[in-house]
Amino acid sequence: MSHSLDKPASVVSEERLPILDPQDGSAPVDELTPPSAEVEPAGRRRRRRDVGAFFGGCWLVTIVLAALFVDLLPLPAPDVVGNLYSLPPFQNAEHILGTDQLGRDQLSRALHGARISLAVAIGATLVAMVIGTAAGLIAGYFRRAFDVVFDLSTNTILAFPPLILLIALVALREPSAVTLAIGLGVVGAPTFARIARANTIAYADREFVIAAKSMGSSSTRILRREILPNVLLPVVSFATVVAATLVVAEGSLSFLGLGVPPPAPSWGGMIAAGRESLYENPALVLVPGVFFFLTVFSLNRVGDWARGRVGRESSL
Amino acid sequence: MMYRAVARHAAKLVSVLALVSVTTFLLLETIPGDRLASVLPEGATPEMRAAAEERFGLNGSLPERFFSWLGSALQGDLGRSMQSQVPVTDSILERLPVTLELATLSILLALLIAIPVGVYSGYRPGGLVDRIATFLCSITLSIPSFLLGVLLVFVFAVTLSALPVTGWTPLSEGLVPHIRSLVLPVVTLAAVETVGFIRLLRNDMVATLQQDFVLSARARGLSTPRILLVHALRPSAFSLLTVMGVSLGRLIGGTVIVETLFSLPGLGTLVITAITGRDFLLVQGIVLVVAVAYVLLNALVDLTYPLLDPRVRTS
Repeated sequence: MSHSLDKPASVVSEERLPILDPQDGSAPVDELTPPSAEVEPAGRRRRRRDVGAFFGGCWLVTIVLAALFVDLLPLPAPDVVGNLYSLPPFQNAEHILGTDQLGRDQLSRALHGARISLAVAIGATLVAMVIGTAAGLIAGYFRRAFDVVFDLSTNTILAFPPLILLIALVALREPSAVTLAIGLGVVGAPTFARIARANTIAYADREFVIAAKSMGSSSTRILRREILPNVLLPVVSFATVVAATLVVAEGSLSFLGLGVPPPAPSWGGMIAAGRESLYENPALVLVPGVFFFLTVFSLNRVGDWARGRVGRESSL
Repeated sequence: MMYRAVARHAAKLVSVLALVSVTTFLLLETIPGDRLASVLPEGATPEMRAAAEERFGLNGSLPERFFSWLGSALQGDLGRSMQSQVPVTDSILERLPVTLELATLSILLALLIAIPVGVYSGYRPGGLVDRIATFLCSITLSIPSFLLGVLLVFVFAVTLSALPVTGWTPLSEGLVPHIRSLVLPVVTLAAVETVGFIRLLRNDMVATLQQDFVLSARARGLSTPRILLVHALRPSAFSLLTVMGVSLGRLIGGTVIVETLFSLPGLGTLVITAITGRDFLLVQGIVLVVAVAYVLLNALVDLTYPLLDPRVRTS
C-alpha cells in the first residue's frame, strides 16, 4: 500500500498543490497503461517542482473565480447585440477580446461560456464520482451478486464508444445543463467505480476492518467509517483527469450543436460559430479555443500531479 | 483449458452484446415526447397514427417491440428511416466506407509517427527527442479534436490555401484529389491517437530495454535499429493492441466530429442529421451497429493476444 493510515487523507486542494510538494518524479502515464510499463528516467525530474501543475492550478482558480463572479466584472452582457461586428481583439477598450458576428462581447461570452462548460463538467464529475464510488464500494465489499451486476453494468457502459453513448443519452432529450451533467456523469462513472472497487477489495481484509467487524459494526458503518476514507483519496486524485475528459466531451457536444442550446454561450458552440468566419476573423475561434486549451491543459497537469502524489498502486 | 477459456469469452461477449442491444433500445425508447411528431401531419387522425405506428414497428408492448426489433436487427433489418423511408441498413452501409477509411488511415498514420518517435524516446529517455515529444504530447492531448480541426483548416486551407477547406472527393474522381480531401480529417483524428501510442511505446521501451534478452542481442553484435525495431518492439505490440482497442472507441466518436467539421459523407454526419431530424429509428440503428462493431473489434483484439504472446496461450 502506498499510503498508510496515519497519512492524512486530505482532499487535494488545487491552490496549494505544487509549491509545497516536490513531484515524486513520475511523468504522466495513461490510465490504461499497464503498471509494468511505468519506468521513468532516473533522477532527472526527481527534485524538480511541477511548474506545469502550479500554473495549471493558478489558471483553474482564476477561471473558476471569473466564471463565478463574471456578473460583477465591468463587461457587457453576453447576449447584448452591439453595433461593432466581428471586431478583432485588442482594438477597442470596451471589447478587449473583440466581438462576434452579432457584435456580442467575446470576453463576456467566453467567461459566461466558462460558467456553463465548467458547471456541467464539475457537476458531471461529481455525479460520476458519487455513483462510481458507491457502486465500487458495494461491489468490492459484498462481492458475489453485487460484483456480477457491477461487472455487467460497467462493461455495458464501456461497450459503447463514449461519444456515441452520450449522443444516445442526451441528443434526443431536452438539452439542458442538468441533462448534460447526468449524461456525462454516467459515461464517467465506470472509471471511478473501478478505482473504488479495486481499493475496497484491497482494504476489505485489512486488520482494522476485521477489528471493526469483530466489534459488531454494521456493514454500512464499516463501509462509511473504515473503508470510504481510504478509498476516497485515490478516487479524488482521478477527479481532475476525468473532469478534463468531461470538459472535452461537453465541448464536443456543444460543437455538434447538441449541448446547452443557444443563445447561452459555451466554448464548443463559440468555436462552431466562429468557424463560419474563419477567414475574416480567426479570433472568433482562437479566443474560446485558448480558454478551452488552457482549462483542459491545466486539468490534465493538476490531475497528473495529483495521481503522482497518491501513488499508482492505490489508483489501480 | 483452452476451450473453457474460449467458451467463457464467448459467454461474456454474448452477454455484453445482449446488454448493449437492450440499452440501445431502452435509451431511445425512453425519450420523452411524441416520437411520431416528425412524421405525422398536424391534426392527424388516430387511424393515421395507428398506421404510422404499425409501419415503424412502434405498436405493441415494450417487450414485444424489443423482440421484434431485435429479431429483425439480427436479420439485418433495422427498420426504415422515419424521414426518407430508406431502410436504415442501406443508409448505414452507404455511409460506412467513408468512416472506415477515415478510422483506418488515422490509426495507420498514428502508428507511422508513433513507432519511430516512441521507440527513440524510450531508447534515449530524457534526451532531446524525448523532451520535445513529451512536450508536444501534453499540448496535443489538451487540444480537443474539434479545435485542432478548425486550427488546421485555418492554417492549411484558409491561410495557405494548400488543401480544401471541407468536402469529400471520392476515389473515383482521382487519387490525388481524394487524398487531398482526406489529409486534414485524418491528421485531426490521428493526433490524439499518436500521443497515446507514443507515451505507451516510450514507457514500454524504457522497461523492455533493461531486459536480459536485449543485452544478449547486443552481445551477439546485432545493430541498434534491429534490436529496437525487431526485438524490443515485439513485447510492446501487446500493450499497443490493448490501447488500439480503446482508440477505436475514441476514433468512432472522433469521426462524428471530424465528419461534421469537414462535411464528409460518413456515419457521423448521418447520425447528426438523424438527430436534428428526430429520426430516432435511424439513430437507434446507427448506435446499435457502432456499439456492436466496437464490442466485436475489442473481442478480436482479445483473441489476437495469444498470437502475439505465447505466454498467454498457456496461462
